[in-house]
Amino acid sequence: MEGNFITTKFNYILGWARKFSLFHYPFVTACCGMEYMSAACAHFDLDRFGAGWTRFSPRQSDMMLVVGTISHKLAPVLRTVYDQMTEPKFVIAFGTCTVSGGIYDNYAVVQGIDKIIPVDVYLPGCPPRPETVLDALIKLQEKIQNQEQDWKWKKRKS
Amino acid sequence: MEEKKVISELKEKFTDRIKETTSDFGDDTVTIDRDFLAELVQFLKQKPYEYTMLLDITCVDYLGREPRFEMVYHLLSLSAKHRLRIKVPLSEKNLSIESMSSIWKNANWLEREVYDMFGVRFYGHPDLRRLFMYDGFEGFPLRKDYPLRKSQPRIKLRK
Repeated sequence: MEGNFITTKFNYILGWARKFSLFHYPFVTACCGMEYMSAACAHFDLDRFGAGWTRFSPRQSDMMLVVGTISHKLAPVLRTVYDQMTEPKFVIAFGTCTVSGGIYDNYAVVQGIDKIIPVDVYLPGCPPRPETVLDALIKLQEKIQNQEQDWKWKKRKS
Repeated sequence: MEEKKVISELKEKFTDRIKETTSDFGDDTVTIDRDFLAELVQFLKQKPYEYTMLLDITCVDYLGREPRFEMVYHLLSLSAKHRLRIKVPLSEKNLSIESMSSIWKNANWLEREVYDMFGVRFYGHPDLRRLFMYDGFEGFPLRKDYPLRKSQPRIKLRK
């Protein structure tokens, strides 16, 4: 039997599987989209970290990247898209506008998307460099690995 | 069309109906009353001036001044390669002006934007609804007396 098995914890291996298979949904509304594209394409390559699949359907995605300014007019749409995603789901607030509203402190813009949906990783920058995007992704992966895993036959608290 | 030639010709033709003219930094501007607007732009659209292109319609809020608002029309003559700006002061009490959407099609949305942001009513407009802001939004956000950070969320915010 030597070398034919490994021991691990179920939580650990589920976290490992989840953090390297993040299908992402890009909710791109503004100029940060350019940096997102740059980070997702070959030069910086999100795929190296297991987040290569861009699913343009919220039902098939695990991680939502909210990229760019969210106005009050768009807020119900963002909320709906988030509600349509299946558990487990994660959100990265990509860029200063999504983190805090940024320079747009006015009548039209939501002052931080955490007023609408829960956010896992805040990624500041106007726009953030692709390296920062990768850093945020790694931070999210750490969070997924170390969190209490939620699986089908486990009783849900909420 | 040489600079200032248009203005001097307009002054000659319409005399006191042209309230004021300026040519600061080469930007020729005429100020008129609102009753005269349709007639003037129809005249300018014909030969020999041919201001056939409407570049922009906007509005300025001079809070504390009477008349408070001022409509601004930017015209371009393609044949003369010349731009002309028409200003129409409007008082807050009677904040309405004739729609230009029958003369220029693009005025339709430009006027909807001005209505959305400043609350100027355009009579004769085919479909005067808000353009940018959503249904249920109260007030006109680009007016100077609109509170700076007042937001009107469509859904309930968290926290």
